Formats: sequence, C-alpha cells, structure tokens
Amino acid sequence: MKKIRIGAGAGFSGDRIEPAVELAEKGHLDFLVFECLAERTIALSQVRKREDPNAGFDPLLSERMHAVLPACRRNGVRVISNMGAANPRAAARETIEIARRLGLHGLRVACIEGDDVLHLKDAFRPFDDQPLPINTTIISANAYLGADALAEALDRGADVVLTGRVADPSLFLGALIHAFGWNTESWDLMGHGTAVGHLLECAGQLTGGYFADPGYKDVPDLDRLGFPLAEVSDDGSALLTKVEGSGGLITLQTCREQILYEVLNPSAYITPDVIADFTEIRFEQQAPGAMRVSDAKGKPRPRDYKVSIGVDDGLIAEGQISYAGPGALERAELARQILETRLAHIGAENLRIDLIGLSSLHGKPADWPAPYEVRLRAAARFTREMDAKRMTREVESLYLNGPAAGSGVTFAVRENIAIVPALIAREFVTPGISMEVA
Amino acid sequence: MMKLRTIAHARAGDKGNLANISVFAYRDEDYPMLVERVTEERVSELFREHITRPVTRYCVPNLCGLNFVLQRRPTDSVTRSLRLDAHGKSLSSLMLSLEI
Repeated sequence: MKKIRIGAGAGFSGDRIEPAVELAEKGHLDFLVFECLAERTIALSQVRKREDPNAGFDPLLSERMHAVLPACRRNGVRVISNMGAANPRAAARETIEIARRLGLHGLRVACIEGDDVLHLKDAFRPFDDQPLPINTTIISANAYLGADALAEALDRGADVVLTGRVADPSLFLGALIHAFGWNTESWDLMGHGTAVGHLLECAGQLTGGYFADPGYKDVPDLDRLGFPLAEVSDDGSALLTKVEGSGGLITLQTCREQILYEVLNPSAYITPDVIADFTEIRFEQQAPGAMRVSDAKGKPRPRDYKVSIGVDDGLIAEGQISYAGPGALERAELARQILETRLAHIGAENLRIDLIGLSSLHGKPADWPAPYEVRLRAAARFTREMDAKRMTREVESLYLNGPAAGSGVTFAVRENIAIVPALIAREFVTPGISMEVA
Repeated sequence: MMKLRTIAHARAGDKGNLANISVFAYRDEDYPMLVERVTEERVSELFREHITRPVTRYCVPNLCGLNFVLQRRPTDSVTRSLRLDAHGKSLSSLMLSLEI
C-alpha cells in the first residue's frame, strides 16, 4: 500500500520556525505544509499590497524559506503554503529569488490566484443570518478555495506551491489528492483527507500546545515542542506522530481536542471540498506517541464558496494601568469611576473597563478573594483619531490625576478591520495556476 | 459536588461570532455523567454574560465528548471584540469551573 508523509510547519503566521526545520531535516517527509493565514490577516496584507505592489505576502516568508528550503531540496520535500496571502505572485517571485541565492537552481514554484473576488461584490450573498456589509468601506474579499487547484499545481511538478486564501485543511488534502490520484467526488476519501488536514493545520496544537494544564494534562519538554506529521495511507487512514526526540506529545486527548477545534456541528464540517463528518472517527494508539486515525466520512461539497470580506471597522483605543498592595482593588475601582466620567464627553462607543487579575476574561466570580495586584484595562471604539488619542491620554493622566500609586501605563490606538462572511456561487470563481523555475 | 475539571478536559475555538467549546471525559466510563450533568441549560447559565441565545450541544459518543456552540454578541466577534480575550480562547477554563 502506498503511503505518504505530510508535516505541519506552521499553525499561524507568527509560528515558531525551528519545528519546521526539524521536520524538513528529520521527518522523512513528502510534503511540508505551512498554514499562516488567519481570518483577518489577508485584509491587512491587502492594505500593504496597495501601498507596495510587491508586498502583501506573509512577513515571515523569507525567513521561513531560507530556513527550510535547503533541507527540503535535499530530502525531496515539497512545500505548500498560504503564505501568498494577498499577493501569491509576489510571494512566488520572492521564493524564486531566495532559491537562486541559495543555489537551488531548477526549483519549481507555483502560485495559485483567483481567491481575490473583490471585483465580484455584486455576486455576494449573505452567509447564514449575517447581513452583507453596507455603508462601510470594503477593504478585501477573498473566497476560500479548495484542494483541486493545489493538487493540479503538484501534478504539474511544482516543488513549492503558494496560495492566498484556501481553506486550511485543503492545503493538506490537495497533496493527498495529488499523491494518491483520489477522485475528488469520493466523498469519504475527501472526508478522510480533510480530517487529517484539520488535525494538522494548527501544527503544535496536536502535539501538546494549547493543551498543558499542570497536574491534569502534563506535557514533556513543551519548550521545544515538535510539530506533527501524518503518514497517510491511500485509503485515507493515517498515523499521527512527530519527529523522535522532539518535545510535546500526541495522545488520545490531544487528538480529540484538535479534531473538534473550531468545529460547530461535528457531523457537518464544511470546506470547499466536502462536508466532512467526524462523528464516527476513531483514534487508536499504535505505539507511544503514534495515534492511528480512521473512519472519517464525507458528503458532497457545498455549491458555494465562502467569502471573507474585510471591512473598515474604525479605531480601537486601549490603555492600561496597574495598582498593587493593600487597597489595590479599591484604587482600581476609583480609577474606573474617574475614567467613565472623564470619557463620557468624548464619543467612545462601547467603552469597556476591565480589571485584569480579577474580571477581564470571564467577569468577576462571586466568591473570589481580592488579588494583590490588579491592572485596569480600558478599551473603546472610535471614528475620529483625535478622540481615540484623547482616551489614551486620559488613561496616562491617571498617573498624576488619579488614585495613589498607579503604575506601568501602556496604551495604543489601532485601525481595526473586521471580517464579515458571505457566499459566492462557484461558477464566478476561477482559480489560476502559474509556475516559475529558479 | 466537584468541578468539571476533575473528570474532563476542554478546548475552545472560534468561528466569526460563534465559539465552540469541546469537553471530553478523561475516562470513557464518565461520559454518561457528562451527558447527564453538562446540559445546555447549565452551560447557558454559566456563559450568560457571553451569549445572545442558549447554547447548542452536540453529543459525540465516539469521542466521549460534547461540543458546545455559543453565539457571542455581535460586538464580540473575533475581529471586532473590545475584550482582552477577543478570540474567546480562555472560555474552556470557564467551562471547566462548572460544578457538577
């Protein structure tokens, strides 16, 4: 039976690079996949591309490619990533340049475009009960493409494939479709491949990241957490493991937590490729640190693509100040009252004031002792920059004009981009592949 | 009475203005107790500050797990929220504080 090995080199754009190098060098991989594109990242990239037509791809692309390409070339590992963000073509050009500088002549780099659907605004339809954006500036609109174009780029011999918006599990499924020649309407196989992709797409979250809870869920050597890889069989089942000697762990518990991560209905996980069903999925320990996954299912793919629309959401201002020792909580509460009164005169929408150390995450528990130190955090939305800055000055002024011994003020104003989902019919969207050789 | 944390582990994820929190029994034999005690009513009450409608629960016996879907407030979607925890990543810890 044919088997291929596919690894996860990143679970978000800022992820650690060492585990990817470890996988490229010691993972005996066929494919290394970097998932680097959160919901809002592409809208921010679009803004950068508008300022500079050669920008708009992942800011760590260069560092990552320098780190992994030599080992990938040596070991025959093909790289797949959505690090193209808003500008896959520029990302491919940059990768070609890096490959030439590294002496990796002949490296074939493909880019996949077509996810940018900003010019197709009129074809958008609402997603569930969420209205389409009106009376607001649309910054970007990207359709979540599927695995098909990726598989085709690999069929054409690409060593590196760079995309913009592609559904996260599709980055992995594309490699499996290519390697096994799967029929993309074999829904259970698509379900299997999507399960494998979904388990791997957040990288360290399968191997003990976002998991450790001392005394309950202990994770060895979390400081040098290794990223996961899957040895996939052509029937879609897979062995989940990681490089021997790397930190972290893969257990029934990490697998269970990750298979339902960001899942709503476990019997209908919707991607552009399939509606996957995880309710009958089975995890079995094969050896210490090696879990077998099987029995995912699938139903026919949805008729529409999902679109992420980036819209201007005004400014968010935030400021913080700390109080400690006897009476810390009372002084923080006094600071809160002062701020609320002083900020009543400027147009702060939904002003939030929270006490970090007591109530900023879940609200104040009924029977909790007063903490030794608390940090007041104020946040509000503004339309005018002068008002936003006025708010941060009011937080800073608590030093001289607030309760005793306020300390450690920090503040910032940022432009916010919000994401609104929508749908678009498949026939409007045409993925395109182009290839260059280093 | 004990905290849910004693018998279960949990993970929170986000999707737009929805959040999901999955809860799994450490020991398979405790799964029926999860189903019986970690109900939509109890979880909706625990998360009342965070949600706009009662939570939805999916049972996944094959994983000895429950998956809860929370509709967060419109201003609390990941990309709009003014909260310190815009993603809602800490919500699994609130779940594990449930008394069962």
